[in-house]
Amino acid sequence: MAQAGEDIKNYPGFMPITLFCLVVLYAPLLVVMIYSFNESKSITVWQGLSFKWYVDVFVGPESAKFKEAAINSFSIAIVAALAATAIATSAATGMLRGGSFRGRGFSFGLINLPLIVPEIVTAVATLIFFSAIDFERGYLTILVAHIAFCIPFAYMPIAARMQGIEDTYEQAAMDLYANKTQAFRLVLFPLMLPGIVSGFILAFIISLDDFIITNFVKGAGIETLPTAIFGAVKQGIKPNIMAISTMLLAVSIVMVTISYFVGKSGDKLKQPPGEK
Amino acid sequence: MAGGAASGGKAQTDTYKEARTLLLLPSWLVLGFFVLIPVFMMLIYSFLTKEFRGGVIWEFSLAAYDQFFFDRGLFGDDAPSIEWTYINIFWRSIWQAGAATIFALLIGFPTAYFIATRPPNSRQMWVFLVTIPYWVNLLIRTVSMKFLLRDQGPLNDFLMGIGIVDSPIHIINTDFAVQLGLFYSYLPFMVLPIYAAVERYNFSLSEAAADLYASKWQTLRRVLLPAVKPGVIAGCILVFVPSLGSFLAPDLLGGAKNFMIGSLIEEQFKGNAGNWPFGAAASMILLSLVLIVLMLSARQQNKGEGV
Repeated sequence: MAQAGEDIKNYPGFMPITLFCLVVLYAPLLVVMIYSFNESKSITVWQGLSFKWYVDVFVGPESAKFKEAAINSFSIAIVAALAATAIATSAATGMLRGGSFRGRGFSFGLINLPLIVPEIVTAVATLIFFSAIDFERGYLTILVAHIAFCIPFAYMPIAARMQGIEDTYEQAAMDLYANKTQAFRLVLFPLMLPGIVSGFILAFIISLDDFIITNFVKGAGIETLPTAIFGAVKQGIKPNIMAISTMLLAVSIVMVTISYFVGKSGDKLKQPPGEK
Repeated sequence: MAGGAASGGKAQTDTYKEARTLLLLPSWLVLGFFVLIPVFMMLIYSFLTKEFRGGVIWEFSLAAYDQFFFDRGLFGDDAPSIEWTYINIFWRSIWQAGAATIFALLIGFPTAYFIATRPPNSRQMWVFLVTIPYWVNLLIRTVSMKFLLRDQGPLNDFLMGIGIVDSPIHIINTDFAVQLGLFYSYLPFMVLPIYAAVERYNFSLSEAAADLYASKWQTLRRVLLPAVKPGVIAGCILVFVPSLGSFLAPDLLGGAKNFMIGSLIEEQFKGNAGNWPFGAAASMILLSLVLIVLMLSARQQNKGEGV
């Protein structure tokens, strides 16, 4: 009864729920995107298509504030993601190519600590730490905090990728007289690259999006895009905030899509010829 | 080996054994200095005396925990009775996070199941669609939710437009709005682990149940659900834990009345009423709560594997 075999998998109502789930996930974002193109200054009535709020973001009265916040956000995200990716690549090599050793479990726990500890607790702890060592809060404290909590996000795809690479590759390289550094640089690293790119992109997005930790460690007088948006929203949702949000949203979606396709192309490379 | 899957899979090889310490050192230093040590300092701070206008005086004190749990009257000299204010805030947070988890399970389970039973090449696409919103800024998503749920917002326009309601329903600044916001924030976390579990599920078990005259719903409840339980538990944890300590959803969607732990903690460090030791103590209590939940679920998962 092949027909029954297929039928047994399907439950009535599950497809509508799935579609509902997607509507729930996307509707709020779509609504904000649409209203960011609204001509009207009021957010309740639709008065026709307009790009004026996007223009307002770049040249309007608040443009200087947004520009500064954007520069802070993007420079921190790039540096934090680069640092976190380098640290995570190195850590993944140590964890997965370093044999077994005492404290491996602890090491793994430490790498994942920012995922286990609630974000607000990390925020409080970091604030207390910088205050206790009397380190002035500002750009540097945000950067350091971001590097730390981005590490597990960079580590996940890199380690997953590395687990799929058999050690025969670097063994072969060393049989052909490559030293260990060369084997890493010329063989292992290129094979890991899709994972490393995914790791960098995820770390970048996580840094760009962070509000809670940034809000605690930023100190007065410095804003990133999320803290600037939060401050503005406290006075009510204005159309220019929706325009900024839409742009930020687009950046995230483009980055995730790139990461997805990089990961996919990596999957193809990973499959050894002759298998399947 | 004690670690097993929990320690990130086994070490495959030892090609770079000699360089191991050097390779791991940067991660130890950065995470040790900027996450682990700060958490310990937070523990110490929770036992210090508060300085007015933020900060601490380096003098041992149990005042923060005392303030959390006990009421000693206005002047602090009455006989101590239980102080319910903060316990109730924690209780409310647990309730809100629990409600959000149940919503996420009700929507997330069928979604995960549906995706896992698609043809293999379209599954990835579905999973990708479900994960995209997670990577969009949480603040922007919460603001979007606020925009959508307003009394004069698009949701009410829509509901009145199709004639379900006559006047706008008031959602924003209610407990329900916070639950919706949390549900929306972490829904992808529910779908992914359940999807992974259902994808590994051997459907010949369901066929066997059907051959033995189990109805579809009996099969779902008695055969499929027990088999994918680890995924369901993981999903619930991944929604419940971040919801518990969330700040944005209660702050933006709940208004001033719907206080949760996150707001209580934030207030201690941001507002003028700042009380750092008390904020540190509340953070410690939240962290302990999360660790207890994680430990219980780990035990539950291990028990499941033993059968």
